[in-house]
Amino acid sequence: MNEMTGTPIAHAPGFIANETPRIVTARFDYEDSHTLERYEATDGYQALKKALKKTPEEVHDEVRDATLLGRGGAGFPAGVKWGFCPPGVWPRYLVVNGDESEPGTYKDRLLMELDPHQLIEGCLIACYAVGLSQCFLYIRGEMAVAQERVAQALNDAYGAGYVGKNILGSEFSVDIVLHWGAGAYVVGEETALIESLEGNRGMPRLKPPYFPASIGLYGQPTIVNNVETLANLPWIVQHGADAFTAIGTESSPGTRMVAVSGHVKRPGVYEIVNGTTTFRDLLYGNDMCGGIRDDNQLKAFVPGGGSAPWFTPDQLDLPFEASQVGPQGSMLGSGAIMVMDETTDIPAAALTLTKFYAHESCGKCVPCREGGTWLEQILRRVVTGRGTARDLELLIEVGETICPGEFPHAAVPDKGIEAVPFPYRMTTICFVGPSAFAPIHSALTLFREEFEAKVAGNETRTMIEVAVDV
Amino acid sequence: MTFFTDENLALAEEIIGRYPKPRSAMIPLLHLAQEQEGWVTDDAMTQIGELVGTTSAEVLGTCSFYEMFKRHPVGKYVINICTTMSCALMGAGDLMKHAESRLNVKSGSTTPDGLFTLEGAECQAACTEAPCLQVNYRHQYRVTTDQFDELIDELALSDHDVPDHGVLSQIRQHIPEDRSVGAVPPEDVKVAPVWFSEDGGS
Ligand SMILES: Cc1cc2nc3c(=O)[nH]c(=O)nc-3n(C[C@H](O)[C@H](O)[C@H](O)COP(=O)(O)O)c2cc1C
Ligand code: SF4
Ligand code: FES
Repeated sequence: MNEMTGTPIAHAPGFIANETPRIVTARFDYEDSHTLERYEATDGYQALKKALKKTPEEVHDEVRDATLLGRGGAGFPAGVKWGFCPPGVWPRYLVVNGDESEPGTYKDRLLMELDPHQLIEGCLIACYAVGLSQCFLYIRGEMAVAQERVAQALNDAYGAGYVGKNILGSEFSVDIVLHWGAGAYVVGEETALIESLEGNRGMPRLKPPYFPASIGLYGQPTIVNNVETLANLPWIVQHGADAFTAIGTESSPGTRMVAVSGHVKRPGVYEIVNGTTTFRDLLYGNDMCGGIRDDNQLKAFVPGGGSAPWFTPDQLDLPFEASQVGPQGSMLGSGAIMVMDETTDIPAAALTLTKFYAHESCGKCVPCREGGTWLEQILRRVVTGRGTARDLELLIEVGETICPGEFPHAAVPDKGIEAVPFPYRMTTICFVGPSAFAPIHSALTLFREEFEAKVAGNETRTMIEVAVDV
Repeated sequence: MTFFTDENLALAEEIIGRYPKPRSAMIPLLHLAQEQEGWVTDDAMTQIGELVGTTSAEVLGTCSFYEMFKRHPVGKYVINICTTMSCALMGAGDLMKHAESRLNVKSGSTTPDGLFTLEGAECQAACTEAPCLQVNYRHQYRVTTDQFDELIDELALSDHDVPDHGVLSQIRQHIPEDRSVGAVPPEDVKVAPVWFSEDGGS
């Protein structure tokens, strides 16, 4: 390590507090939020003590009653998923998904860098409740600082008797092993995560089984949970399921972390009330993003990570509630909102996502491996003014080999476009293939005239296009 | 094959010991090799294969899947400029163009002095702080072209707290022996953990 004279490495910035009750970000205001001292001084490891006084089943029931929806993208209730472990099959494992790499997503890294003990306590609670005998905390490879903070926190927690053998003098014993990746987006998919953890190429496994809870790591029952999901557990155990469900709505209780990036006045990471907060509150609220930059018009936004079909201002009043967002043609995904103002070159913006998914294809399924590459090449041609009208049809035809049938999209009443509900059919093992098509389909459905201008030769190269030409 | 230093070999064995199956240590060991040498050499893969009980071809199979493992020497500082949507919307294109001209290399190549490798990269989970980049996987946020120049000057003078390429986490996990539960091959576990009653189980 160099002498500490030079410019130090900055720790994760970006969190902006608002009026929302703070469940997972409660300690973020402290300079030393990542230390064991601060954690212990702010209720830390009290939930673990409380849990150990109950039976595992009681703790599991508390989490089930809280309807804690998974925060990794699919939104499946954690307490229900935990129940999918087949009885009598041992050992069972916990794999923590800290691979955060969906375009636009930025929250798990904050939780790992700024409050690693909260995550560790969450892991311990999950292991206790479900009988998981070893935990692997898989952090994305490109997150050196998060790895350092979690490693330090684990060393301190072991030293203080919170992790390892006979935790707090009880019979409960579990090791938490820090594991880290090496750069591959698809490894965030839970079965690919397990393959990677077994030392293999990180390719998703064929489904069924649909949940690694039945067959996972080394073929054993395995719970895979997202970092933010687990970070909620200490609060839930400490304050009870009733306190959790008192926030938000019945079907989407609690809070959730969202990252808003792109053309807003205050891009940042916000903890918001689940289920009731609307996209308008988030993008225009004075305690949140404060509107579009330069008071420009909003053109479109991606509501749930790069894989999600796009919304327009017509969908601004939808709340963070899956049962309302799905019928309108998209998903809440990983809480990543990317905002495009009126100045945005839409076909080029779509290309910045399509090239991502084409690049990240693991190559296991032909429609994704070949189709993604073709979509990128055709779109690049169009964006750079070398395309033809036929290319616009070709984009749809290639997309249909990955996702046959109608693709979900948002309603645009003034264009007479009706919403097609999420999800879609697909010919691939995982969502990477469809995700290469999603931005193209949204952009073409909502802003076809911009593509037509490109192929008519009325548009030249843009800055965004330069970014993706590298 | 002896690739690892004695110290790293001891570390490698400690890491392997944490997993129910040795092969799970593959990626951490590849990182350790890259830390020692700056990139992953054939000798490193042969020894990793021996350590985890597989062939060097299997190690290469895993190694070649992951972007971060370099199979050839790279710069002391690998600079990754994010070019995914949020950063592209906020000027990553300008930043990349500027970086190419400042370093006088195309994205994907290394400066002749071996100091810098410039790469276009995908979303770095810092989208609200766009445009961003990473130096050896440490973030720089909302980077202007002036700040980019300053950063390059600092790095060239080693006046920055960034370790050389290959060094990832500078803090290692260490499980004290008296606190460790220990990893057991899954086939050797037949019953529920003692603290978990099977009838009360889920
Ligand atoms: C291509 C792909 C990438 C994914 N990436 C991530 C990720 O980076 N982090 C994450 O937590 N979940 C990711 N997921 C979702 C996981 O498969 C899994 O649903 C999740 O980790 C389960 O945790 P949860 O139930 O707590 O949300 C991804 C899914 C797909 C299909
Ligand atoms: S859809 Fe793409 S990334 Fe997913 S398994 Fe198939 S080839 Fe791999
Ligand atoms: S898009 Fe650049 S960090 Fe996410």
